[in-house]
Amino acid sequence: MTASLAGLLPDVAGHFGRYGGRFVPEALVAALNQLDAAYRHAMADEAFQAEFGALLRDYAGVPSLLYRASRLSESVGANILLKREDLNHTGAHKVRNVLGQALLTKRMGKRRVIAETGAGQHGVASATAAALMDLECVVYMGEVDTERQALNVARMKMLGATVVPVTSGSRTLKDALNEALRDWVSTVEHTHYVIGTAAGPHPFPAMVRDFARGIGVEARRQCLDLTGTLPDAVGACVGGGSNAIGIFHAFVGDEGVRLYGFEAGGEGIGSGRHAARFSGGTPGVLHGTRTYVLQDDDGQTLESHSISAGLDYPGVGPEHAWLHDNGRASYLPITDDEAMAAFQLLCRTEGIIPALESAHAIAGILKIVPTLREELGREPTIIINLSGRGDKDVETAGAYFGILK
Amino acid sequence: MSIAVAFEKARAEAGPAGRERPGRALVVGCMPAGFPTVEGSIASMKAMASAGVDVIEVELPYSDPVMDGPVIQKASDIALAGGVRTRDTLRIIEAVAATGVPVVLMTYWNPIEKYGVDGFARDLAAAGATGMITPDLIPDEAEEWLAASDRYGIDRTFLVSPSSTDDRIAMTVEHCRGFVYATSIMGVTGAREQTSSAAPELVARVRAVSDIPVGVGLGVRDGAQAGEVGRFADAVIVGSALIRCVLEAPDESAGLDALRTLSADLAAGVRAESDALAPLGSLARPEAAL
Repeated sequence: MTASLAGLLPDVAGHFGRYGGRFVPEALVAALNQLDAAYRHAMADEAFQAEFGALLRDYAGVPSLLYRASRLSESVGANILLKREDLNHTGAHKVRNVLGQALLTKRMGKRRVIAETGAGQHGVASATAAALMDLECVVYMGEVDTERQALNVARMKMLGATVVPVTSGSRTLKDALNEALRDWVSTVEHTHYVIGTAAGPHPFPAMVRDFARGIGVEARRQCLDLTGTLPDAVGACVGGGSNAIGIFHAFVGDEGVRLYGFEAGGEGIGSGRHAARFSGGTPGVLHGTRTYVLQDDDGQTLESHSISAGLDYPGVGPEHAWLHDNGRASYLPITDDEAMAAFQLLCRTEGIIPALESAHAIAGILKIVPTLREELGREPTIIINLSGRGDKDVETAGAYFGILK
Repeated sequence: MSIAVAFEKARAEAGPAGRERPGRALVVGCMPAGFPTVEGSIASMKAMASAGVDVIEVELPYSDPVMDGPVIQKASDIALAGGVRTRDTLRIIEAVAATGVPVVLMTYWNPIEKYGVDGFARDLAAAGATGMITPDLIPDEAEEWLAASDRYGIDRTFLVSPSSTDDRIAMTVEHCRGFVYATSIMGVTGAREQTSSAAPELVARVRAVSDIPVGVGLGVRDGAQAGEVGRFADAVIVGSALIRCVLEAPDESAGLDALRTLSADLAAGVRAESDALAPLGSLARPEAAL
């Protein structure tokens, strides 16, 4: 597999090898075609790129820093560079995607956006972009999640969004996604669906990747500037997979750079309570795309579990499925306990409170450092995508460590 | 009985006044397999058929039915919570088809892919189903299904929508066999106060490129609306309104009674004797959905 091949995918119908594509009601095909055309046109349009670039720079604080984490490096025996997406406006990489999609919404002449959200991060980001660009915003959120994440519900409302609690199915993220799709089938003429990750029907996986791939482009250049060489490895957590594909994509053609995705092992693969699609799932179709899915023998979707809401999803972006099968990237499960130990380590060594999602990436890198050192015969240089900050997780972490009741 | 034979027989009967086509429309009635139990769903489907529903559409319950509104979602959830499996759906189809009524399956794609596409087509044909409706499988992604359904002689029903371009309508009906499913409004399943003005136009667009029978679904709740849709469609597809008969009944026999009453009303609606035609004014306002 070569760099050029990576650059060419997906194919015109949205396939990454056998993955991706469009498994949607015919009613959505026209909107997806319209979106695909607008996205392709925008990607090739210098004016759009300039507008997007300026917005990222002036509003979101991009490019984010690449920070050499000396104390963490010392404690793990590797040269660790953190891509500080946690410092972006709204506190995560997600702002890149929502700003890109909001700009596209305006280009398509639509005036309303809908979004699904689990913990509320993508909902807050969508509400932010909608406020900035004067779009009506409706966020679907599982009823269970609206109760667990009352602060984010309040944030979305302050930003002017309507939050709709979803009471169907398991009343969590996957059901919020179903409900958003149902809304979109009815309102597609004037509404754009801002999917929060690099999943869903074509063109979403490619489009969300392209809006997020600046993470890797910047990190690659910053690493060369800082160290004079490319990293030995790049690591990221993988829920739907937008932050991971965002940082991986610029490195896919660099054969010497190992790519690691860390998914939620929850209480352990054996427990059945996890969100490890690659370790515990099988290929299938979910939410409009063919990918790895947590499912039972009849193809019914299984509920996922993770201490981190952002990783708690039974599907994964199709490009990750493709990178998994062809071996270009490795995907490993990280348990809740491993992630929380890494969370604490980063707090104490670097004074950075990471999102629980990002803590999975830290934990994963801790696990692979010994193998990498052995293979290379030296201290490896590793970029970790610190995809988000941990303010939103203080309650969960506080309870885990017994700091809060 | 194959669905083609059912259409042929209906063409020899008389439809409601003002019908644009020879004969009358078929009534297709939908019920999720295993709702509320495997035996209960078989009884419901048999009751519908005996009271005048021409074709039984069995829906395979799925955990993430994005094309369905609250009524079918709820019924599917009940069926899944009761432990219904894909093989139970096949058993239900077999029991209902054995009575002689044509049976088609409506299913989201993942359970079929998980079962094995070729093996499922084989077992579906063996159970006696004549066709399969695929709400989230478009012909663009259906290569394996096209081959398997050809191999075992299963009719293929894909969906067309008011938002479909003419090219896509032509491409889609070319891949259909038996009938094509026209989703009459932009929206999910569920009975509505009014059926849609977009439906006749969509049906006309299909007729412009094909003589395949057109079934119209999404929103029909009674005989009057069935009669209305039956003026221009070849089949009237009713789901949520029938399912609600069972959902809202105090017990099984009351549910079956309600099903028979509605089925008979729908059957009368698509026939000449019908005096239940809705005023034409109620055809307006497609956005009055949900």
